[in-house]
Amino acid sequence: MSFTLPALPYAIDALEPFISAKTLEFHHGKHHQAYVTNLNNLIVGTEFENADLETIIKKAEGGIFNNGAQVFNHTFYFEQFSATPATEPSGALKAAIETTFGSLDAFKEAFNKAAATQFGSGWAWLVKDAAGKLSIVQTSNAGCPVRDGLTPLLTCDVWEHAYYLDKQNLRPAYIADFWKVLDWKVVEGRL
Amino acid sequence: MAFELQKLPYAYDALEPYIDAQTMEIHHGKHHAAYTNNLNAALQGTATEGKTIEEILANISAQPVAVRNNGGGFFNHNLFWEVMAPGGAKQPEGDLLKAIDTAFGSYQNFKEAFTKAALTRFGSGWAWLVKQGDGLVISSTPNQDNPLMDLAEVKGIPVLGVDVWEHAYYLKYQNRRPDYVDAFFNVVNWDEVARRFKG
Repeated sequence: MSFTLPALPYAIDALEPFISAKTLEFHHGKHHQAYVTNLNNLIVGTEFENADLETIIKKAEGGIFNNGAQVFNHTFYFEQFSATPATEPSGALKAAIETTFGSLDAFKEAFNKAAATQFGSGWAWLVKDAAGKLSIVQTSNAGCPVRDGLTPLLTCDVWEHAYYLDKQNLRPAYIADFWKVLDWKVVEGRL
Repeated sequence: MAFELQKLPYAYDALEPYIDAQTMEIHHGKHHAAYTNNLNAALQGTATEGKTIEEILANISAQPVAVRNNGGGFFNHNLFWEVMAPGGAKQPEGDLLKAIDTAFGSYQNFKEAFTKAALTRFGSGWAWLVKQGDGLVISSTPNQDNPLMDLAEVKGIPVLGVDVWEHAYYLKYQNRRPDYVDAFFNVVNWDEVARRFKG
């Protein structure tokens, strides 16, 4: 199947001043688009030509995996933001976070550390395993928890392209602003 | 003795328009400085403190990951600043050129293969021209690894390296890594590459 770039679910400047329109123009319009285009080109004539994205993420290697997982990771990342976000989790997610991490603040602290210490390009994730238990994981480059049978709930892209135009070397400042546009309603919908 | 951030051998704006002053200032003053400080912090009070960076890299598999990441970052950026210069020879000459011709057929072939290594390194890392014996090979490494590390797939003495972490080019080139690598060839300090090749 041929993959297409999903439109952003908000205006390009909707996340200002926390994530700039310029950053989103490149991040979505160039990087995410390139992963989609590369994936479509790479799967031609392979066993993955008619595969869905989940199959590609679970089974492919090399360039097909890298581009397929990055298509998923970026769609997942962009979908979770809003200009008018729910700023805290509620219901079952709130309870699960408090059970696992003690409090929302303790969770955020642990997640921030995971995002800040992922060396090089990669991602920090809140995931749920088959038993429903929450945990925080880091992946490098295109790494995606779906490959390991985990359900991702929330992610922070720490490739430098996600923040360099806005924050340069100050990754912690980007992570702090990330929370200001994260819509917990979207995260709850993934539980 | 703690490692020190070496001064740039030229002004921040010396490599304009190929590499802009703002990029150089942050790359050297923030990223390289952080690797240097973090390396010193990781070594403080350990048996490794006082060894040369080359000694540390040669046995990096025995070191904690913080030494691998920051020791690599410290060394790689030192090399990177030195293998660039404003002006100077635009192509290799003499024994270095001969070795390049022997290994790759021509300077043009070398440039294409080196560029390919730089463009296909997925995520953060480096592409290298590596001396092995009297010969030369091209490799690339992830993150801050380099060919001096005992765990590198391709081992040898790096004589030229290009940083393809996004921080090396994003302010000026954004997603266009090919434009950055192309521009890099305008500021390669071939005299320094030849000096490193001679050993």
